[in-house]
Amino acid sequence: MFLETTPDTSGYMIAGYVIAFATMGIYVLGMFLRTRNLKQDLETLESMQSDKKASRPKKGKPKTAGKK
Amino acid sequence: MQTKPIALTILDAASVIVLGIAAYLALVFAPTELVMGDVQRVFYFHVGTAWVGLLGFLIAALSGVVYLITKDMKWDRFEVAAVEVSTMFFFITIVLGSIWARPAWNTWWTWDPRLTTAAVTELIYVAYFMLRQGIEDPEKRARFGAVYTLLGGISAPITFMVIRLFRTIHPVVIGNQSAAAQGGFDMTADMRTAFFFALFAFTVIFIDLMWHRLRLGAFQEKVEQLKLKVSI
Repeated sequence: MFLETTPDTSGYMIAGYVIAFATMGIYVLGMFLRTRNLKQDLETLESMQSDKKASRPKKGKPKTAGKK
Repeated sequence: MQTKPIALTILDAASVIVLGIAAYLALVFAPTELVMGDVQRVFYFHVGTAWVGLLGFLIAALSGVVYLITKDMKWDRFEVAAVEVSTMFFFITIVLGSIWARPAWNTWWTWDPRLTTAAVTELIYVAYFMLRQGIEDPEKRARFGAVYTLLGGISAPITFMVIRLFRTIHPVVIGNQSAAAQGGFDMTADMRTAFFFALFAFTVIFIDLMWHRLRLGAFQEKVEQLKLKVSI
């Protein structure tokens, strides 16, 4: 009579689940960092745009000295 | 970036919950398979991630078709989101399969038809991002990407069907098993519960990540447009 035992393959199972969760975690973290960087870019671009508008000379009649 | 919709916040919470339940069912609830032992438990996440991976590649192909017809850039964003999320999930599928194969087949990798088509599919979509990186013009990039995903999409049904059409050592869980298959098993009722819940859980997570990636794509486009405006 043979006594068959279930092999201990729990190490492989743990490795598999660690890699699966780590991959998903890294992907989510990557997406969060990309969003944060884009927000920073947007803030910089918006301030550059407002600076550009402020430094642009206003159109219209040039100021001349009035009659005294 | 637009404020986060409440539905997306709910979906985020639902994704975390279903992932936790799927892990519990796979690691605790499902019985241990007697021949392979605990490593068989990776099967639930292996199939779950493969399902959303291949589904996403098909969605990307369909988005490509719709983009080519409508020329609307939102379909390009949809295509990129589907490919990116699916490539990540399909990477997990391949790694989990390889880990399972070591004790089951006594090798990490073999050039079996299923493993070969899966590796080719993954590489096709990694190359997709390299292709996009190399094209400056957004419209040209979207057009090339659409045609590429349309052709690449053929690899998804081939990968799914290959174990049902060819002699392979990869087991078939649903349908007829190949005579050469090694590592196959009959699912008990508890195993089926864990299996179908994993499919459901990864579908929810896939939708959630797709939504986030679509928002990120729209935000990227907004920043790009502003960059052009400022540089003029």
